[in-house]
Amino acid sequence: MKVNEQIAIDHGLKKDEYKKICDLLKRIPNITELGIFSAMWNEHCSYKSSKLHLKNLPTKGTNVIQGPGENAGVIDIGDEDAIVFKIESHNHPSFIEPYQGAATGVGGIMRDVFTMGARPIANLNSISFGLPQNKKTKNLLRGVVHGIGGYGNCMGVPTIAGQTIFDESYNENILVNAMTIGLVKKNKIFYSKAAGLKKPVIYVGSKTGRDGIHGASMASAVFDEKIEEKKPTVQVGDPFTEKLLLEACLELMAGDSIIAIQDMGAAGLTSSSIEMASKGNLGIEINLNKVPCREEKMTPYEIMLSESQERMLIILENGKENLAKKIFDKWNLDFAVIGQTTNSKNIELFFNEKKVADIPINALVENSPMYDRKWKKTKLPNKIKIEKEHFKNLKVVNVLNKILSNPNICSKEWIWQQYDHTVMGDTIQKPGGDAGVVRVHGTNKAVAASVDSSAVYCWAHPLSGGKQIVCESWRNLISVGAKPIAITNCLNFGSPENEDNMGEFVACVKGLSEASSYLQFPVVSGNVSFYNQTKNIGIKPTPTIGGVGLIKNYKNMITMGLKEIDNILLIIGKTEGHLDQSVFSRDILNEKNGPPPEINLFNEKNNGETILKLIDKNFIKAAHDVSLGGIITALSKMCIKGKKGATLKKPNYLINPFEYFFGEDQGRYIIEIEKINFNNVTKILEKNTVHYDDLGTVNENMLIIDKKSKVTIDELTKSHTNWLTNYMSK
Amino acid sequence: MNSSVITFPGSNCDRDMDVALKKFGFNNKMVWHENVDLPKSDLVVLPGGFSYGDYLRCGSMASKSKIMRSVINFAKDGGKVMGICNGFQILIESGLLPGAMLRNKYLEFICKNVFVKVNDKDNSYFKGLKKDILEFHIAHNEGNYFCTSEQVKEIDDNNQIALYYSDVNGNIDENNNPNGSIKNIAGIFNKEKNVLGMMPHPERMIDLLLSGEDGSIFFENLINNLK
Repeated sequence: MKVNEQIAIDHGLKKDEYKKICDLLKRIPNITELGIFSAMWNEHCSYKSSKLHLKNLPTKGTNVIQGPGENAGVIDIGDEDAIVFKIESHNHPSFIEPYQGAATGVGGIMRDVFTMGARPIANLNSISFGLPQNKKTKNLLRGVVHGIGGYGNCMGVPTIAGQTIFDESYNENILVNAMTIGLVKKNKIFYSKAAGLKKPVIYVGSKTGRDGIHGASMASAVFDEKIEEKKPTVQVGDPFTEKLLLEACLELMAGDSIIAIQDMGAAGLTSSSIEMASKGNLGIEINLNKVPCREEKMTPYEIMLSESQERMLIILENGKENLAKKIFDKWNLDFAVIGQTTNSKNIELFFNEKKVADIPINALVENSPMYDRKWKKTKLPNKIKIEKEHFKNLKVVNVLNKILSNPNICSKEWIWQQYDHTVMGDTIQKPGGDAGVVRVHGTNKAVAASVDSSAVYCWAHPLSGGKQIVCESWRNLISVGAKPIAITNCLNFGSPENEDNMGEFVACVKGLSEASSYLQFPVVSGNVSFYNQTKNIGIKPTPTIGGVGLIKNYKNMITMGLKEIDNILLIIGKTEGHLDQSVFSRDILNEKNGPPPEINLFNEKNNGETILKLIDKNFIKAAHDVSLGGIITALSKMCIKGKKGATLKKPNYLINPFEYFFGEDQGRYIIEIEKINFNNVTKILEKNTVHYDDLGTVNENMLIIDKKSKVTIDELTKSHTNWLTNYMSK
Repeated sequence: MNSSVITFPGSNCDRDMDVALKKFGFNNKMVWHENVDLPKSDLVVLPGGFSYGDYLRCGSMASKSKIMRSVINFAKDGGKVMGICNGFQILIESGLLPGAMLRNKYLEFICKNVFVKVNDKDNSYFKGLKKDILEFHIAHNEGNYFCTSEQVKEIDDNNQIALYYSDVNGNIDENNNPNGSIKNIAGIFNKEKNVLGMMPHPERMIDLLLSGEDGSIFFENLINNLK
């Protein structure tokens, strides 16, 4: 087939991109070469619309061993230990085929982590769906949950935390963001940078099939009515093979045979070989006849673009081939020497003794397009004045029951019970808390992690939303007693070719950047997913943050359940009664306008660090951050978890109870302390100029707001737990 | 006391079991499925996981692996063999235990704490156990134990039922059956009671911070009984 402009356009390339390819090659590419360019230059692999803005994210810090640019980020957690982690999206395939899409998302992110030499010790996920009443939602949710569980459970890696969001903007574009955390010794981290000439290039893992061809290109385009035709671009996962691949790789990594290693993820053999060569400033030649294939008569084009799962590319030291082969034979995995590193600085492919592609690597990588897309600034909306009469017929207890059963707030036990969250024997905080916590096996340390997004705030004002989500992640880690260390981000947006969407992206990244700089909470890895859009309608801007923190002694971990009757409850942080964009305003008053709550970074940092001081002194018995649904929702969850009640004091400065109880002001926590420590605790709070309010005391089994309004914890528990199970069983 | 934990391709609770056995005083060895000979053992454990990816049927391919010939001979000579979760499925597939395992009733993987009632203490696994009702942990997709009505009668008559799913007070009923198992069966013995298969994971119940400590009671008792 002779390549022309139309064929290039069918590959998702733009006219001027095709022209650039011809200019770089000084000739017309053949079809294999065009396929390689389209795979490397699509949005998913090249970051062509986002690169310019991502540069501003803070990526360095005292604990950062490896920032963005590798398979995953790496942070130092003391002693000889390091943590490797990353979050990645698998949105487009999961909408087309939810089980396989989600499963391979989990498989892909685990591979990114163990490629670096780390054993995965925890998985997390953030999944977003359309409204519950949307006819596709239930099947998509079920498929995604089964897919995540199907893969992670078989791998024997616990899924320790996650979040599930329902919003109309995901009706036609769901989000599946998967995160993995791995543990590695600092002196045994593996990278993807090739080095040395004539080093053997090794292919290991599953055979290459025709699945997933153009997966990355598919994920770089909007959906339309022809979406069903895209099913063959979805990869098919085999967690059993991945488990073998994990064990085999770690066994080989225990020695010193590996120079560089890279998993074959998006754009398969193409991107893995090119990235390794590019980082090492080398060339690479591959004999495609040596690639283990699952199907007959696969063409060079298909072999290079297949996204078959569970495959790795390794550059070995010379003479180590037999030793390595033995290990992969033991685990029943394919092992093939398919090429070598060269000094040509080109990628050269051979098939049936003919050269079928010859492309300078810098043409594919350094010369890939970068766009300064046009973008529009989003103004801060005006505050909404809510008329008094709107509150008149509302009762706090009724509203509370309604909010606790809100799909975005209710218990997600139906979901996380399907994930093995206890395998490996180190999960000390299960899903359903502020953050998941796993021990660092055989030590006193523990790693806490949380995934968060807040599309509603980001949609209302992307700059504030971007900041908020970093702060939320920070608070979730603080609440379990962890010192926040670093984050990974998954930036889910609509089309970057639309000025509004691009504006949301730019502002969210700016917000993220400001907050993570201020909190010294750097970004060490991440991924961008654009084109979460069907026809002209994009999703709400949804940056997802995966935060990781360290607990030096796991015995000091904090949980949210209330502990002891008569203990005192304090609200840390000032309550201003901000209702715009709150669950109360949006779902109870049906008011969707107004600005999201303001972020005060000084308070966030100061409040969080002061709480860690209190935890250090062993003053805190339970803690929970105040987020969606405000104080009373947060407190109710603490009651439900601890199977205790609370007697509240009258608020002393906000008269409107709805603003006080349901306002979503930021930077707040609820903590439980013992009576005898009240003076000690308040002294520390005052010394650090942290605002606090006396919320009330713990009682046996009733939430008592005042004489007239009270509710049993049993009733609140029912409101909180029943919705999802009922929804899924209908 | 010497124990051996067999690792099949796809086993993923082998390390957890190793940690548990060592914690309670066993001198444990990990044994690769392609080995022909078992090390000298007082107890052999087939751990949980997804041997061979659960392909064909859970436990089916693992039951044909090289080491299983030795395990079967060891069991036939009266050696103690315990299969947990996928290990239970392998014991069924290898013919050491009767019955079959179906997918969970609601067709979903379940990971949670459950209570189990010990049916019989006249055997070396549960003899002298301090409690009759234990809080254990399950994590499986295919734990719905099934056998023919003749087999039910037979295992019942022989007192081969080891554990029932129950509530905290030991009530055995449909409300406390997490996966649809016939008669709420959570674990069974062979006739001679030297082979035990159970779906719950005692190795995940040896730590208050993880999910509880009733597994500790089980292991402490077990090592004493084997001494």
